[in-house]
Amino acid sequence: MDRDPTVCVMGEDVGHYGGSYKVTKDLANKYGDLRVLDTPIAENSFTGMGIGAAMTGLRPVVEGMNMGFLLLAFNQISNNCGMLHYTSGGQFKIPIVIRGPGGVGRQLGAEHSQRLESYFQSIPGIQMVACSTPYNAKGLMKAAIRSENPVILFEHVLLYNLKERIPDEEYVLNLEEAEMVRPGEHVTILTYSRMRYHVMQAAKTLVNKGYDPEVIDIRSLKPFDLHTIGNSVKKTHRVLIVEECMRTGGIGASLTAAITENFHDYLDAPIVCLSSQDVPTPYAGTLENWTVVQPAQIVTAVEQLCQ
Amino acid sequence: MATAFSSSIHAIQHSRCENPSIASKKPSSAFLGSTHKLRFAAPSRSASVCAATRRRSSSVSAVSEVIKEKKQKSASSSSNLLITKEEGLELYEDMVLGRAFEDMCAQMYYRGKMFGFVHLYNGQEAVSTGFIKLLKKEDSAVSTYRDHVHALSKGVPAREVMSELFGKTTGCCRGQGGSMHMFSKEHNLLGGFAFIGEGIPVATGAAFSSKYRREVLGEADCDHVTLAFFGDGTCNNGQFYECLNLAALWKLPIIFVVENNLWAIGMSHMRATSDPQIWKKGPAFGMPGVHVDGMDVLKVREVAKEAIERARRGEGPTLVECETYRFRGHSLADPDELRDPAEKAHYAARDPITALKKYMIENNLAKEAELKTIEKKIDEVVEDAVEFADESPQPPRSQLLDNVFADPKGFGIGPDGRYRCEDPKFTEGTAHV
Repeated sequence: MDRDPTVCVMGEDVGHYGGSYKVTKDLANKYGDLRVLDTPIAENSFTGMGIGAAMTGLRPVVEGMNMGFLLLAFNQISNNCGMLHYTSGGQFKIPIVIRGPGGVGRQLGAEHSQRLESYFQSIPGIQMVACSTPYNAKGLMKAAIRSENPVILFEHVLLYNLKERIPDEEYVLNLEEAEMVRPGEHVTILTYSRMRYHVMQAAKTLVNKGYDPEVIDIRSLKPFDLHTIGNSVKKTHRVLIVEECMRTGGIGASLTAAITENFHDYLDAPIVCLSSQDVPTPYAGTLENWTVVQPAQIVTAVEQLCQ
Repeated sequence: MATAFSSSIHAIQHSRCENPSIASKKPSSAFLGSTHKLRFAAPSRSASVCAATRRRSSSVSAVSEVIKEKKQKSASSSSNLLITKEEGLELYEDMVLGRAFEDMCAQMYYRGKMFGFVHLYNGQEAVSTGFIKLLKKEDSAVSTYRDHVHALSKGVPAREVMSELFGKTTGCCRGQGGSMHMFSKEHNLLGGFAFIGEGIPVATGAAFSSKYRREVLGEADCDHVTLAFFGDGTCNNGQFYECLNLAALWKLPIIFVVENNLWAIGMSHMRATSDPQIWKKGPAFGMPGVHVDGMDVLKVREVAKEAIERARRGEGPTLVECETYRFRGHSLADPDELRDPAEKAHYAARDPITALKKYMIENNLAKEAELKTIEKKIDEVVEDAVEFADESPQPPRSQLLDNVFADPKGFGIGPDGRYRCEDPKFTEGTAHV
């Protein structure tokens, strides 16, 4: 926001409240109420307003207080955000960032525990990225703001408390690239967002058992970085996808199709996809735990895959 | 037609900092909350066109002149001339262009040159001409699927609109948008939207940009306004109300123009709306609501002038309900069986073009011959547009993937490590990612 005065933020409680997860803390004091705009509760309209502002020269960052609320903005995100550059024959660009916390939290109930990656992934004309560490959150956010394309940035409710040393100097990450988390030889584990941590936990167990998993955080949910992923598949010949998305029509489903189409010859076993159960996230803690993929399941899956 | 804001609110400071992003103080909270009081004047029966200017000195009035039930008076009731000869000719030419163009569209559609859903504007020309001819090029207009004439009024060449309708690559949107998605960056036409209501937030965003430029970026003379055109059906849609709130809350320079033609395809406005007087909904949100005879371009123009000036001064939005009528069906596919022939005849007698012609001749602003010359000129323009569109090429296969992304890196990195868009054969391929 310092670098470019056309960058502005809009959303519910982003200003005086500092953001529901404090992502925009103190920004309103620094930049004023118009640049960090507290909106009324009207997702479809303020997202559309962000799109109109993007078409006329600003670079808005629209926050969904919880990603689930963006379902109310689906009209604008699908029809206008994704399509207008195309239907205007390239005349108007929409450099908007739509972001917010999503995913399954701690007993927040079904409607606050939604994973919208699968709903938005088919929309032509948008890019989707998911951050998972403080380092890549900053880098991806910068990249998204600087991108001329509309980008949806998925953050996770349970990851806001992570602490990490990040470089003082300026850095911007690549929106379309995946991140190699742990190189390995035996199996390629593809994951994103919070499940990265479950995977790494499982990886510890696996290493103790003598396995050498390669863990890749795909980060870019649309488009997929088929280069990094492909190189890994060519090396290990076995793929496990671990995601928090639902199974039906999820990111994992698309990824499975993409890998099968492009790298079929390199696979020694069918791709295994571990996703959340296709249920509305239950409130009870025990049920909620069984909804998402747990490290133990990841360990079992790798063991089976590597037989 | 200003609302009675308490005077302190009017002390809106403009941020004059050189480097607003770092050095700006928090602007005053004036735009954030609505702490004004509203008072209403009783509905007035006096000459419609002067009411707006008369009331400027006093405080609020929501002027209403509900004339639906009354027989239409002659085209202009004002004794003073409202326009100069030049202005009159400009308005006449614009309306004739709109009418001739739309009539040609119908012909072309039935000859199989134009496809899909085409929604014609015949009968409503006074609204488009009355409002848009008052705009500067930098002002924005946002429309709906009934957008051909808005595009023409805003300055998009007839050739480009016709080409777009034929689906040719020389169209204003390269053939990718079609009848319902007319855009022009040069003329600041921000669409063309197929779903009703979804253009209104976009218009609100354009108005927000204008305010942002003035107050954050420090462009002190930026007073661009935005017009949002939409119909009576849209006025029952959530986005309409949400945007009325946003615009009034932040005093955005936008005018909400309701083209109330009484019908949403086959649903009569009266059957769909609990309170059919749409102009009344403005004051409920803290902005003036005005009803105007949308078949009379001069009346529309007077109301538009006031609303646009109000927005330019930074006083906020206005809701203008134009009572108008479409002479044809909802679209070229609509058999138009539900509307009462008496109703159609009533409005056909109030044809805005005939009315303006009569006004100009009766007030010695133009001779019949001059107007005929204009009509002939327009016929040639429209013929030329058709010829141009006919001769233009269809889009080639390589255009399919153009413009999906402003930055084609969005198609991602292929298995070979290169960005897909770096491959020179990329646009002939597929968009799989």
